[in-house]
Amino acid sequence: MWNADSQFSDSSLSPDVLDPGDIRPYVALAQGVSVFMDQTDIPAPVEHDRAVFPDGLTLDCGTVLAPVEIAYRTYGTLSANRDNAVLVCHALTGDQYLAEPHPLTGRPGWWTRMVGPGKPIDTDRFFVICSNVLGGCMGSTGPRSPRSPASGKQRNTDADEPWGTDFPPVTIRDMVRGQHALVRHLGIGRLLAVVGGSMGGMQVLEWAATYPEMVFAAMPIATAPFHSAQNIAFNEVSRQAIFADPDWHGGRYWEDGAIPARGLAVARMMAHITYLSEEALTRKFGRRVRREKTTPATPCTVSESQSLSLFGEIFEVESYLRHQGSSFVRRFDANSYLTITRAMDWMDLGAEHDGDYAGPFAGTQTRFCVISFSSDWLFPTSQSRILVRALNRAAANVSFVEIESDKGHDAFLLDEPDFDRTVRGFLSGAAEHAGLGQTRTTVSG
Amino acid sequence: MRLDQRLIAEMITPGTRVLDIGSGDGALIDYLFRTRGCDARGIELDMGEVTRSVAHGLPVVHGDADHDLEHYPDGGFDYVVLQRTLQAVERPREVLRQMLRIGRYAIVSFPNFGHWELRLKLLTTGRMPNTAVWNTPWYATPNIHPCTIRDFLALCREEGYRVHDWMAVDEDGERAPWRRSIRLANLFGEQALFLLGKADQR
Repeated sequence: MWNADSQFSDSSLSPDVLDPGDIRPYVALAQGVSVFMDQTDIPAPVEHDRAVFPDGLTLDCGTVLAPVEIAYRTYGTLSANRDNAVLVCHALTGDQYLAEPHPLTGRPGWWTRMVGPGKPIDTDRFFVICSNVLGGCMGSTGPRSPRSPASGKQRNTDADEPWGTDFPPVTIRDMVRGQHALVRHLGIGRLLAVVGGSMGGMQVLEWAATYPEMVFAAMPIATAPFHSAQNIAFNEVSRQAIFADPDWHGGRYWEDGAIPARGLAVARMMAHITYLSEEALTRKFGRRVRREKTTPATPCTVSESQSLSLFGEIFEVESYLRHQGSSFVRRFDANSYLTITRAMDWMDLGAEHDGDYAGPFAGTQTRFCVISFSSDWLFPTSQSRILVRALNRAAANVSFVEIESDKGHDAFLLDEPDFDRTVRGFLSGAAEHAGLGQTRTTVSG
Repeated sequence: MRLDQRLIAEMITPGTRVLDIGSGDGALIDYLFRTRGCDARGIELDMGEVTRSVAHGLPVVHGDADHDLEHYPDGGFDYVVLQRTLQAVERPREVLRQMLRIGRYAIVSFPNFGHWELRLKLLTTGRMPNTAVWNTPWYATPNIHPCTIRDFLALCREEGYRVHDWMAVDEDGERAPWRRSIRLANLFGEQALFLLGKADQR
């Protein structure tokens, strides 16, 4: 539930800093997203590194999806014993480019501050893997993938019909199955750690529940073992915004050379509010108004155009959100957004255990480190505590820290020194218990 | 590590599972893991201490004795340790019950309110005593359930707990020499340390 441009960098406030989009040739940007969208050029498609699994996967819904492609990136070096692999799971709108510039947007990877040489997830010590989730739109099989790819010949996305809304419903566990196939493909029998925030944290929990023998340590961050009614409600508003866009065309928007840019942007704007906190919004924007528009003393000057003065970009926070919306639609596919939000909604680890969240972790040997943030109201600490207590009932080895922060849910992507220390220390401890070689870098307390 | 923590560590068999309630900076669980090969975990209320502990790779959960012990399974640990915290919990008797449900043994240390200095101060000044151990005024103290060594022994009898070992120590953790006499220990021991089990346990 993040993206690189979700951070409060000053440049993100400037509407002229726009992402080049991730718009495939068969999808042209819609005309007339007039109120707050600017027209943009269609960028060239990017080839992502992929692993291909011809036999595919059997999904929770019963569908056999084949072939399956998983796009991924790795950082660092796999040790000779193949025992230093750390899998990082990305959030709703994330992707595999966590520690390098994004090939489409040119922005730094979404977790550059956490993953790299000498960083808390230290690529001098660990072999870090990150893959695009099943159902995503950054190279892994998803709604934008061709429904029946011609085998043995050059892919031609212009001719192949994409899945669109016919893409089978995937679950968080299905995403994990795809990652599992990738990890085995890379010749790794056990992951030192699986780490992720928000929806990435849900994947961490599914990993520990589904492949317990392959997960030595698990770090679910700002997440929950189930998606709450409130979070399902937010997702539903996002989806309805997309459905209501005339360019949606029942999900077959590529046929008209359009994308439901307005709906997707509104979905993103609404969701983005849930990633922040009132304190963070007040600190960053307050009630400040944009220059040359209007003043608080004269909110409805007669001389100005009615539509502009009432509904133009008056407050800075509006400008910020509109920028978030418009840059998002350039890199994300609406059908992927629908597919992935639905996957989150299905998430309920207790569903197969009579509502007991300890059930999936019975007998687990995995070391857990649960982290929440005090101002996160999307995945509040109370939900992390439900998880921790369930893990305690399962006699799991668990650490639990609530990081004091006023930055809301997005805090896990931002500068929080206590968070960094916790991630670094837990991974070092896990490496020590797993019997990895001596640390090459000093662990600072 | 404090001297009284070293005495606690000596009570613990190597290679066992230990839950330390009120693990503070994690010194005891770190020591038990490194020198005794124990699977030692902590619960701590102070979030700063929790973060420091986890940042040192120690398995510590943010929580407290009154509300979080009920979520641990029966017999999940060999030893459950409560250091200098019993007098500050809401329901000491319930906490002890939970400790001996979760663990085979409970190790409990607490400051002894029966120490002669406290008795003398209350007698001579008529005010709540203030000493090196009991050093917060009555209106600010977190110690809502102070007890003496004899009070604690009476509770153990009432609850049917077996005292496998006990000792009185001074504030620095040096063993007091009044081991033989509970009355003398109750008068001269600043801190008390108990190793408890259930009555039907060998």
